[in-house]
Amino acid sequence: MSMIIVLAVILLLGIIYMILRISSLMGVVKGKQDDNSWNNINAVLLLLFMILGLAGFFYYSFKKWGTYEPPLASVHGEVTDRLFWITMVVTLIAFVIIFVAMFWFTFAYRYDKNRKAEFFPDNHYLEITWTVIPAILLVLLIVKGMKVWNDITGPASKDAVVIEMVGQQFAWTARYPGVKDKELGKHNYKLIDASNEFGLDLTDKNSFDDFKSLTLYLPKGKEVLLKIRAKDVIHSVFLPHFRVKMDAVPGMETQFKFTPTKTTEDMRTETGNANFNYEMACTEVCGRGHFSMRFPVVVVEPEEYDKWMASQTPWLKQNPEYMKYVPDNLKEAAAIKAGLPMYGVQAVNSVTLK
Amino acid sequence: MENHSHNDHGHEHHGNFWTNYIFSEDHKVIAKQFLITGMAWALIGGTFSVLFRLQLGFPDANLSWLKPLLGGWITAEGKIDPEFYLALVTMHGTIMVFFVLTAGLSGTFSNFLIPLQIGARDMASGFMNMLSYWFFFLSSCIMFSSLFISTGPAGGGWTIYPPLSALPQAISGSGLGMTMWLIAMAFFIISSLLGGINYITTVINLRTVGMSFTKLPLTIWAFLITAVVGLLSFPVLFAAVLLLIFDRSFGTSFYLSDIYIGGEALPNQGGSPVLFQHLFWFLGHPEVYIVMLPTLGITSEIISTNSRKPIFGYRAMVGSLLAIAILSFVVWAHHMFVTGMNPFLGSIFMLLTLIIALPSAVKIFNYVTTMWRGNIRFTPAMLFSIGLVSFFFTGGITGIFLGNSSVDIQLHDTYFVVAHFHLVMGSASFFGMLAGVYHWFPKMFGRMMNEKLGYVHFWITFIGVYMVFFPMHYIGIAGFPRRYYSWTNFETFSGFTDLNMVVSISAIVTLLTQFIFLFNFIYSIFRGRLAPANPWGSNTLEWTTPRYPGHGNWPGEIPTVYRWPYDYSKPGAKEDFIPQYVPFSETPESNLPQENELIKLEGVENTIHVEEKKHH
Repeated sequence: MSMIIVLAVILLLGIIYMILRISSLMGVVKGKQDDNSWNNINAVLLLLFMILGLAGFFYYSFKKWGTYEPPLASVHGEVTDRLFWITMVVTLIAFVIIFVAMFWFTFAYRYDKNRKAEFFPDNHYLEITWTVIPAILLVLLIVKGMKVWNDITGPASKDAVVIEMVGQQFAWTARYPGVKDKELGKHNYKLIDASNEFGLDLTDKNSFDDFKSLTLYLPKGKEVLLKIRAKDVIHSVFLPHFRVKMDAVPGMETQFKFTPTKTTEDMRTETGNANFNYEMACTEVCGRGHFSMRFPVVVVEPEEYDKWMASQTPWLKQNPEYMKYVPDNLKEAAAIKAGLPMYGVQAVNSVTLK
Repeated sequence: MENHSHNDHGHEHHGNFWTNYIFSEDHKVIAKQFLITGMAWALIGGTFSVLFRLQLGFPDANLSWLKPLLGGWITAEGKIDPEFYLALVTMHGTIMVFFVLTAGLSGTFSNFLIPLQIGARDMASGFMNMLSYWFFFLSSCIMFSSLFISTGPAGGGWTIYPPLSALPQAISGSGLGMTMWLIAMAFFIISSLLGGINYITTVINLRTVGMSFTKLPLTIWAFLITAVVGLLSFPVLFAAVLLLIFDRSFGTSFYLSDIYIGGEALPNQGGSPVLFQHLFWFLGHPEVYIVMLPTLGITSEIISTNSRKPIFGYRAMVGSLLAIAILSFVVWAHHMFVTGMNPFLGSIFMLLTLIIALPSAVKIFNYVTTMWRGNIRFTPAMLFSIGLVSFFFTGGITGIFLGNSSVDIQLHDTYFVVAHFHLVMGSASFFGMLAGVYHWFPKMFGRMMNEKLGYVHFWITFIGVYMVFFPMHYIGIAGFPRRYYSWTNFETFSGFTDLNMVVSISAIVTLLTQFIFLFNFIYSIFRGRLAPANPWGSNTLEWTTPRYPGHGNWPGEIPTVYRWPYDYSKPGAKEDFIPQYVPFSETPESNLPQENELIKLEGVENTIHVEEKKHH
């Protein structure tokens, strides 16, 4: 490391020395102070910068062609990616025109004592032209962008798969509605404790079969609605392959809907990477472990998804001692939904004895 | 107009050392105080960026050699502590945005140039101006001290989003460090407001005879509009900061709700973290124009002067400044497309955001056209101005991606954003500031800076900045999130170690190059070639003052202004520039028809300054 710094310093000093040396030598050769050589050198360097800069930019971009974004796996992502590349083409054309023009001008109109600059204080036609043309292009981009945005943020369909993502320092947890009621139960942050990390409100019958998962399982080709919240500070759900990003805000539930288009297996075949995995990251700075909030994501075929759902254990079954928070009249329903037969019978007995 | 009794030639205030150099009320001294404080901050802020670039570019390097500097913040394994990494990122942003490119920039050039270019003896209130600097100094001291406390400086990002910034149990930087950050910013805002009121009042009330608004140099227009933007937006940050102080210290719940942290559920309910983001960005977005507009003014002046051509479309330049200023207040929520804000708001803010691209594009086109058919002299100031235009454009067009909410979903909070704003406002504004220093150094210190060192400084910095920020576009498109200590936890973000290394090396070289500038600056103050009266052949009034202008600026009367400041290479004129104080009656050979009409209006008393013009 320090070697590199030392080398950089030496290189830098070398460049400075060379330039000063060349300049003094040139001064000797020219003899006169009144020369224009430095002005010309700078003009040439600016032109060179433009040519080499653009060449390097295009060379690198073509070399990396097709490997820019993380491979795409969602329906709306196709639209936003296309909009990204449309914008890229428009801006790139403007970029090249302005760059070439500007650095050509600085070269072509470098100082010459025999020439006088043209007195050209304004021209309304020019100004109107270059206000109107970008305006039209921007309007097109805005119209397209608004349409896409409205589709993405519009309400999810009724049969969308609802999953809750909860962010905390420094981990994600997913909560799935159980297969029995397919509804997420209510939660309350005041009920959170070491075991009840979701703050499940067990007076709500929908919470009995909810289960926790440390992997985000998603069915291919079905609309997924992520309900997103945070327990402590702001986090942000980022699913790079699905072009999904939404903040997790304490005290305010947010959501994002999307449709995965490729299973993990599909993606492994497509990318030729047998170890490919989808991932979720946090993109809102949240403290010391911000960079480590990785959450695995798996996309499977819908049938496999249903099988997986059915095989999961409700949270209440994993934590039967929490039955004491279930209101007496719901204890039986809770026992059935969570799959706690033994406990259920006892509870019912205790009620009848009274 | 003359509120000081300076009319007897050569008279000056004879104060002692303290009143002349420390608690001075002279705008030129205050400007230099701002400049030097700003430069010190820029060095600190730049060093911070290199420290975290070491971590990002060389994640496996052993950094224990930094122990003497950073002490306990270097872990036993020779790594930067992850929380200190966040503190470095936070302080780098805070320092650069506020202390360097707001106070250091406006404080220096608005102070220095407003009275000199509009023909005033000093600011409207010299005392308030002095207070402005000393509040800034106090703020600087508090912020600087926060670097040395055991829990570390603020670490929640320069945007200090609560609840992270509100809860000491969330991150150690949100302890005393955050308290000091908030107090420092409160003083900073006071300083900024005191300065801004002064700039506005001075420009409106103290212009010399003939200096109508349509004859104002674009620098002054830019400073005036910047001050207005600051005056309207900084109070909102003050409110946001105050409410955050209440939440932190007095148990209120403006921004806090439903929080379970450190094994306990906090009692706060009903607040909204998103409220803070609205308040913050209501300042935060105008703030990027507070950083940008003065340098656009500076660049207009420098490009026109050194192209030996009038600035193209003076009215369009003023109009676009105004349009940017107004629109800057209605685009703030484009920072919040994916914060859970109502999506309908997203649509509105996308529309307004992309509209602001128009006046910005007009500025670019006008700069380029100003150089077209010019007779361009590449002074270091000119080179840095060209660099600014280049950065402003390269960084500006990526704003069209980010302003489009549906494209922003993927790019938000990635390195694409980092590349965007560092080019469009960070580097561009920094280059404008350097251009200003090179251009007005002769007026500030009466001596010239070394041009050759200026060229070296420019070329390495120009290429260096592109090498730092251009690769970040690729990294950002690949989805790499910002403010990450390391990306190795993710397969998705495992690439680009090569580019990250290039970025870090370029950052180191670029930072080191600034020492060439620093050397040139200090050396030239004492040993530079003595400056001629008007070294750049410029039209504006500051070059009519003596080499070392005293308190009051002009030993005699203030020159009267007859024409706009951009009469360069006027057809028929003897020289390729005609300064603002030359009446049309003296230039019949170059007058345009409508200007001949104006000769009649030139009063008898306005021809006093004939002897002043013998310089060239």
